Amino acid sequence: MSTKQKLGWAIAIVVVLIWSLFPVVSILANSLKPASEFAGGGGSFLPQTYTWENYQMIFTGGARDLFLPALRNSIGITLIATAVAVVLATLCAYAIARLDFPGKRIILITALAVSMFPVVSIVTPLFNVWRQIGLYDTWLGLILPYLSLTLPISIWTLAAFFQQIPWDLERAAQVDGATSFQAFRKVIVPLAAPGVFTTAIIAFFIAWNDFVFGIGLTSTSAARPVPAALAFFTGASQFEDPAGAISAAAIIVTIPVIILVLAFQRQIVAGLTQGAVKG
Amino acid sequence: MSTVAEQSPTRRGNKENKAPISDRTRAERRLGWMLAGPAFLVMLLVTMYPIVQALWDSMFNYRLTAPGDRSFVFLQNYMTVLSDGVFWSALAVTLLITVVTVAIELVLGFALALVMNSVIKTFRGVVRTAILVPYGIITVVSAFAWFYAFDINTGYVNNWFGWLPGIGSDFNWFGQQWSALFVIMASEIWKTTPFISLLLLAGLAQVPGELNEAAKVDGAGWWQRMYKVTLPSMKAAIMVAVVFRALDAFRIFDNVFIMTNGQYGTETLSLLAYRTSITRLEIGLGSAVSVILFLCVLLIAFTAIKVFKVDLAGGKG
Repeated sequence: MSTKQKLGWAIAIVVVLIWSLFPVVSILANSLKPASEFAGGGGSFLPQTYTWENYQMIFTGGARDLFLPALRNSIGITLIATAVAVVLATLCAYAIARLDFPGKRIILITALAVSMFPVVSIVTPLFNVWRQIGLYDTWLGLILPYLSLTLPISIWTLAAFFQQIPWDLERAAQVDGATSFQAFRKVIVPLAAPGVFTTAIIAFFIAWNDFVFGIGLTSTSAARPVPAALAFFTGASQFEDPAGAISAAAIIVTIPVIILVLAFQRQIVAGLTQGAVKG
Repeated sequence: MSTVAEQSPTRRGNKENKAPISDRTRAERRLGWMLAGPAFLVMLLVTMYPIVQALWDSMFNYRLTAPGDRSFVFLQNYMTVLSDGVFWSALAVTLLITVVTVAIELVLGFALALVMNSVIKTFRGVVRTAILVPYGIITVVSAFAWFYAFDINTGYVNNWFGWLPGIGSDFNWFGQQWSALFVIMASEIWKTTPFISLLLLAGLAQVPGELNEAAKVDGAGWWQRMYKVTLPSMKAAIMVAVVFRALDAFRIFDNVFIMTNGQYGTETLSLLAYRTSITRLEIGLGSAVSVILFLCVLLIAFTAIKVFKVDLAGGKG
């Protein structure tokens, strides 16, 4: 590579880095600013004085009762919705990839249709029905609609993964004297696990991101997840300026995303592109 | 489905023996539906059932503030919605956001895909990690990040770009339609370009390398190869990416809710449906808006599949 080309690549990479990370750094900087720097007249990008007071506010101070229950709800509801979606999708995708039965295509098309569904169209009827049957403002009342977000993409991603697994290896292991359980555990599980794991990460991102269900189907801290609670930081006037507290809470819920991305970028990209190539 | 094809020798081997295979086939079918059924049922339950319920509710004059007054009005709610200027302006804003964001994202996403496709291995991980940050981040968080950057009290954008005509320390980005939509669209583009670029990256991987080499040997320049070889070979991937993003952009809600809550002419269809049914508790009217929103999405998908012959089922991950 010539020096000119090297320079070109360096510039391209720096531009991509700035573009991708700038808003995150911006909100991180906000979370470290004291309230006085949000007082008006336009702020600066970096804090003039650094402070932890916004983090104190959401963990021990005035915003504690708003943020901590929301964090607990977000973690609990998202993990359960992800786990249920991945288990159901694994069974479903296994059947689609390995068994011959009528209706396979219908299942895949349904998943596709569900993934295009406008979420707001579901939230209105659910709002009404959930109130009547007591699911309004409960964990279950959010886990169920979250499945409509996480199941379709999980089925498609896993079906694409499973179709690439050389299933004949299982029989080969059995020929070599392994029992069918051993063959499954020693051969198939290690081959399938990365796909299942990647799918779980993608499903987690989607459920973690939800806002419409979170704000439409909850009314108290009993089930309200963080994205919805952030909107209430502005509404409630219990602090002088919610910008710092919101930014700090936003950074807290971004940490899991950053960790997953840093640790598993290769797998996530493979998972997201796989269906597109092999579907 | 390649796996099925690979399996079939065993089944074909059994075919000579008629009675046992039909048993076996039946068992396999039953097992197939037993495994796939729960996921299928849950999907139907959480989407089909609510939309049918919405269709039903939309034909009643029904508000939660006066639940006793519920009466059947057939299509009157739809008339009310369709004769209201608020609906049409929400539809126009939604369409504008969809068209502008998808067009810009397609260009940016393609550039990103090219960078990811040809960057040397050492930096591939860095670039991938960087673009996955917007993908993974919560939309509401991204909306707040952009909001605070531009906001008249907390933002620094006015300070940085004060030299531009019309922008000064007292410029309120969220005070009128065009500038509010500008910020809303910028945050939407930032958040969702990675998704489109990953779909395009998958498309790039399918472009036959020999074809590009041959064109190079024949003396075609970079632009020529791009237009004559690369883009035509990845037409399917581009169409799939556009349709998926368009359907997604059409449902835009989170950023608008956070930044303006639909004020100053930034209301979108999703926000209108939400505000009508959940804020104002007009279940009948809100359901009508929800059904119309659903029909719009259906229409876009249908047009894509029938008119532009996009094989969506062939390209979704």
